Amino acid sequence: MADVKLSGLHKFYGPVHAVKGVDLTIAHGEFTVLVGPSGCGKSTLLRTIAGLEDPDRGEIAIGGKVVNDLRPRERNIAMVFQNYALYPYLTVYDNIAFGLRARRAPQAEIKKRVAEAADLLNIGGLLERYPRQLSGGQRQRVAIGRAIVRKAELFLFDEPLSNLDAKLRDEMRTEIKRLHGEIDATMIYVTHDQIEAMTLADRIVLLRDGQIEQQGAPLDLFESPRTQFVASFLGSPSINLIPVKLASSATEFSVRFENGESLALPTAKRTALTGADGRAMILGVRPQHIARAGETGLRDGVARYSAVVGLLQPTGTRTYVTMKIGGVETVAELQAHDVQAHGERIEVMIDLNRAVLIDPASGRVVA
Amino acid sequence: MSGFRSARRRRTLAFRYLGAVALTLIFMFPVYWLFMISFKTPDEIYHVPPVWFPAHIQFSNYLVLFKDGDVFAIWNSLVTAGVSSALAVILGTLCAYSLARFRTGGDNLAMWILSQRMIPPIAVVFPIFLIYVKFGLVDRYAGLILLYTAFNLPYVIWMMRGYIADVPIELEESALVDGCTRFEVIWKVVFPMVRSGLMATSVFTFVFAWNDFIFALVLTRTEVITFPVQLTHFFGGQSNFWAKIAAMSVLGTLPIFVAVTVMQRYLVRGISLGAVKG
Repeated sequence: MADVKLSGLHKFYGPVHAVKGVDLTIAHGEFTVLVGPSGCGKSTLLRTIAGLEDPDRGEIAIGGKVVNDLRPRERNIAMVFQNYALYPYLTVYDNIAFGLRARRAPQAEIKKRVAEAADLLNIGGLLERYPRQLSGGQRQRVAIGRAIVRKAELFLFDEPLSNLDAKLRDEMRTEIKRLHGEIDATMIYVTHDQIEAMTLADRIVLLRDGQIEQQGAPLDLFESPRTQFVASFLGSPSINLIPVKLASSATEFSVRFENGESLALPTAKRTALTGADGRAMILGVRPQHIARAGETGLRDGVARYSAVVGLLQPTGTRTYVTMKIGGVETVAELQAHDVQAHGERIEVMIDLNRAVLIDPASGRVVA
Repeated sequence: MSGFRSARRRRTLAFRYLGAVALTLIFMFPVYWLFMISFKTPDEIYHVPPVWFPAHIQFSNYLVLFKDGDVFAIWNSLVTAGVSSALAVILGTLCAYSLARFRTGGDNLAMWILSQRMIPPIAVVFPIFLIYVKFGLVDRYAGLILLYTAFNLPYVIWMMRGYIADVPIELEESALVDGCTRFEVIWKVVFPMVRSGLMATSVFTFVFAWNDFIFALVLTRTEVITFPVQLTHFFGGQSNFWAKIAAMSVLGTLPIFVAVTVMQRYLVRGISLGAVKG
């Protein structure tokens, strides 16, 4: 069983405090993605778990055993690196067999396991080649093969797909997800790509500035972000943030934009905001929660709004449309044929049930 | 028009080749002359006008070197240069690894080490002689090997530090995770990756020790005389033994010639590697 437990982990690089007291528990078999912007400490955290960096404070336990003083090779982990880290002077076969030979596995066993791994990754025909004779995707497969052949209990991936082009990245992502289903192992995956994080993870751990900002299931983080940072990091195009003021009367509870327009808030948000009348807030609306208004009546919390179409960015099935809501430039993700041209006036529905209200002072989501 | 131009281009090319061949002949002539003298009889050596090619290729000049025991100087050179190069390369590479990967001594230690290489040998050879007398190292293999190793170490460390720094660190980290110890990482990952640089560096350290004259002159007497020192014994006040000088010079050139030929592939790659990043 390879559950991982980090307690009070700190890491300094000279004056830079890279990891600031991280506590994290990862269950056996879980696929956890550490995600965050560059310099948030996610790679440092991964390298500390691998034993390639020593933590300055705190404890790392793998499978219930504290491993702080163990060398990387004593931790029974396998790691896939960003630039594949294949040995250029060894064939694919020897590259995959490297770890088994280092651990002095019997020759027959090596042969069997390399063949299994090659089969699983569809690289059986490449075993005699050298890394320089392979494409980027093939190299990454070999790198993954080298990791799985060891039958480690804990797999660490350090941005393994960031050197691949978009199409290959999609393919390999599927491959890695499939692999996780097929082998019984805990996986920790570092990326700065939120799509990778969302698609792969059982659980996302979003890091910011050396600390965990929020963790949970991908959809939980997407739908119920706890802070403005989480709300804007996840989702593409990113969430619209519009400054508003809360306004209430006996019959209505609403947000007022800086240009004087206002939208009624759903009753569900009302309880969380009692007594906050007149306070400045940031309204966070995801582009996906703005849609072309139909003829049907509106539900509670869904507001109708008339706007002029600005820029159009078609992506195929969906089109990103820029428009001004409350005087602020906003992006809406509409159906491809919902909008015809720049300058057109259209009616949209804004689903405020799924919008968030953020306290600008603390950056926390309050409702 | 184009025919005229291509004719002119051919003529220019022909002149360039002619120039190159002429220059090669000029530079190769002393080498040719050295080899020829070593095959000539004494009569032919001193003959005026010069004999460009000996009537019979004969090896008596070499046989004399063997008979008089002069060739032991070549053996001594092989031992001192070979052992000291091997030591310098092994120790220097380990040291360079430490400098490159663990930043031992910060930014300045590597430079300080290299500065040791800049000491003119003549400035230190007499103090070293006095120390060697005290420790009984004069005219001993150990004495010369120790000195050549010490003098070659800074060069090896400096060169190898550059080559090792060019090895992607992930290769080593991957090996550490895969189950290697640090020494296994150096042996299985770093050495194969820096092989060209290592070969080039080895050749240069060997050549330095092989060609050294001043240390060998001061620190040897009769037992471990090296080939450059032995060569000077053939220059007499009254006469010079040209036959012996030529034969000995040829023998002394051969190991370097062989080393450079065998390692040529690595030499070019190793040197150009170092040229990009030091």
